[in-house]
Amino acid sequence: MSAPAALLRREFIKAGAALGGGLFVSLYLPLVDSEESVAEGADDHQFALNAFVRIGTDESVMVISSHSEMGQGIYTSLPMLLNEELEADWARISVEAAPVDKVYNHPIFGIQMTGGSTTSPAEYDHYRKMGALARTMLVQAASQKWNVDPASCRVEKGLVIHGATGRRATYGSLASAAAQLTAPADVPLKPASAFTQIGKSTRRLDTPSKTNGTAQFGIDVILPGMLTAVVARPPVFGGKAIKIDATETLKISSVKSVEEIPSGVAVIATGFWPAKVGRDRLVVEWDPGPNAGLTSEQMVREFSETSKEPGAIAKKVGDPAAALASAAKTITAEYDVPYLAHAMMEPLNCVVDLRADSCEIWTGTQFETVDRANAAHAAGLDPEKVQIHTTLLGGGFGRRANPVSDFVVEAVHVAKVAKAPVKVIWTREDDIRGGWYRPMWHDRFAAGFDADGNPVAWTHTIVGQSIMMGTPFAAFAIKEGVDSTSVEGAADILYGLPNLQVDLHTPTIGVPVQWWRSVGHSHTGFSVEAFLDEVAHAGGKDPYELRRVLLAKQPRMLAVLDLAAKKANWGSKLPPGIGRGIATHFSFDSYVAQVIEASVGKGGEVRVHRVVCAIDCGLVINPDTVKAQMEGGIVYGLTAALKTEITLKDGRVEQGNFNDYPMLRIFESPEIEVHIVPSTEHPTGVGEPGVPPAAPALANAIFAATGKRIRRLPIRSSFLA
Amino acid sequence: MTKFFVNGKPVQVDVDPSTPLLWVLRESLALTGTKFGCGMALCGACTVHLDGKAIRSCVAPVSRAEGRHITTIEGLSVDLTHPLQKAWIELDVPQCGYCQSGQIMSAAVLLAENLKPSDEDIDEAMGGNICRCGTYPRIRKAIHRAAELASERGPK
Repeated sequence: MSAPAALLRREFIKAGAALGGGLFVSLYLPLVDSEESVAEGADDHQFALNAFVRIGTDESVMVISSHSEMGQGIYTSLPMLLNEELEADWARISVEAAPVDKVYNHPIFGIQMTGGSTTSPAEYDHYRKMGALARTMLVQAASQKWNVDPASCRVEKGLVIHGATGRRATYGSLASAAAQLTAPADVPLKPASAFTQIGKSTRRLDTPSKTNGTAQFGIDVILPGMLTAVVARPPVFGGKAIKIDATETLKISSVKSVEEIPSGVAVIATGFWPAKVGRDRLVVEWDPGPNAGLTSEQMVREFSETSKEPGAIAKKVGDPAAALASAAKTITAEYDVPYLAHAMMEPLNCVVDLRADSCEIWTGTQFETVDRANAAHAAGLDPEKVQIHTTLLGGGFGRRANPVSDFVVEAVHVAKVAKAPVKVIWTREDDIRGGWYRPMWHDRFAAGFDADGNPVAWTHTIVGQSIMMGTPFAAFAIKEGVDSTSVEGAADILYGLPNLQVDLHTPTIGVPVQWWRSVGHSHTGFSVEAFLDEVAHAGGKDPYELRRVLLAKQPRMLAVLDLAAKKANWGSKLPPGIGRGIATHFSFDSYVAQVIEASVGKGGEVRVHRVVCAIDCGLVINPDTVKAQMEGGIVYGLTAALKTEITLKDGRVEQGNFNDYPMLRIFESPEIEVHIVPSTEHPTGVGEPGVPPAAPALANAIFAATGKRIRRLPIRSSFLA
Repeated sequence: MTKFFVNGKPVQVDVDPSTPLLWVLRESLALTGTKFGCGMALCGACTVHLDGKAIRSCVAPVSRAEGRHITTIEGLSVDLTHPLQKAWIELDVPQCGYCQSGQIMSAAVLLAENLKPSDEDIDEAMGGNICRCGTYPRIRKAIHRAAELASERGPK
């Protein structure tokens, strides 16, 4: 029909080829062995100096990103790292997603993935080295051409320059010759003191495409002849369709077929709307399976009951039982947080083109290696026959790193029955009700004080499902019955407490759970920092001053705490009705402190006025990105504090869309200031550490404003009214 | 057959007239810059202009567009020169970017009607657009900045 469709399809196919690996040419890497990226025949126009950068004879510099861009800015930070050493003209740099290949495996986790706030820390040396290798080879090519010593050449903005003779050559003009050279085994890297780009706020390379509609997310992929499917999934986790009546659905002319697949019933149509309307008209009788008895309020009570006895020991220091028994004073408290959905703005989706001997997948994923293996298994193909094209992710927050590749495997099953390329789109309701939640948690604390009000004993019993069980990381994350992600932020608290015990109960519940931005820290950040505020007040101490005392041996966190307090004018007088709260949290090897000013209206409505955040994340690559991630992390954390919960009634999720799973909106979003502690330490995490302190800093501010303790999230206005 | 104008060009589509405009734009016209977020006019990701007014295309049947002018993010400016696009780039507003088409289209109507919006005006005009990445502080700054840029350029 209309011209634009044809035009865009051509553009897409071109992009697909570039992303798809067909023209991908690369030199064997000296550092790693590649299973797929051996040169498949040289393209006339561009040569790969290694699998991480491709320099075109047209002076283009393509950086290949082994990690997915989901908003965290890695499509800019990785090129910055590489170009610090390559020294190409920044204006010539573009970035594309890597195909799936061992060469792109995460240097720490050993599979191709993006998560755990680890990209910059893990790739800091690696991408600089790739840039240095390419530069060295370009210089070598120039020096051979000119018959001069490479050491007498220098580089500048995409040029190799021989000062003595005034000769210059562009990188593009040298790329063909450089590609013929053997890569050096090793190259020295610049010291941080010589950095010219790292550490300077650099505008993101992906912003223009995100302001004119050209950025391509998985949901935007269009293939010739593609069908669209919507899937009816069981209303209770673990349920199964037992009777399907598709009579009304099949009356819709654009509906091609209705097919039962392992995860439910797929309605396959020529577009989303007929598929969605077709699904609405299905009559399916479900066997609810074993989880139809789950109801949140009951589960909260059971968790509380369970927490009365200690669980598996995660950490023990001193003799906390004796210290509590002999304490001058003790306090106890229980905290609860609910299941949470990730609710990325781009609902899950996946495009699959399944052929007899191959499978091509387009999707925004954080988990390429796992998805390829799971897709191959579902398709009955070898993993090498499956290609994944990673698109931009419209938010990830962990959901797009699914241990069983639920949204990818399901799309492969749909493709098997669709017998055409197919895009599976989840509706918002599918996403919110689809499981793989941040687990619900219960935390029971006790603290003991000496006669001067100093805390001398701290016990913390945690109840919640294991996220790592059944994932590729289980072997190193679960030790002696303790999933380290269940107790992170609790067992490793930085506060100096002479008697400490953290223990864990791990119930098995049929609700699928998953990492959710900041993982275990998303509950321990809240419970630990809110209870510490209770400890401060019970001991007659200022919450900031008590933290200072307990952090005496933690200079980096102490500096972050002091910076946040100073910038927030801790201790200064506030207008009536406004309270100030403080929290720190160490996560993903980064140190964060936040001070929040908040008030509570007559109806119990909470207003967050101001957030001051300080972070030490080691050496900073792109300062503006760090600030953006703190801003976003704080909004994410405040949304969990104020807005969202997934609850179950008789096994059914009670929420479905943004009306009952509401997000913080612009008129509720506070003023946020971010301050970065300068550091020369190795870079640490940035994507997640901004989240954990937000909820406790807010809860503590509410206590300061109202005298009411928040021990359960989300904060209910009915509780504060 | 429904006939209307998209970004100044006449189009005609042969779909069920109750189909939401969003899916006609995305699937029939391959204008994928307009996004699906909720399907219930709750998140604003699908915001486009209908005769200059912001509408949520996920709940607007295509029949509502008959004979009228639709502007999508692709039609805001051909070369990133709209003050909002300039401000968005200058302040690096987007993170994942998925909601930003809708944010910009909502902001474009605000700026067209209000040369110097206050924070309260921004709250009101932008309250229907969700950003899960939490770019709200930058959206606010960028709208103020775009208003400045627009005034430097002079009224249209």
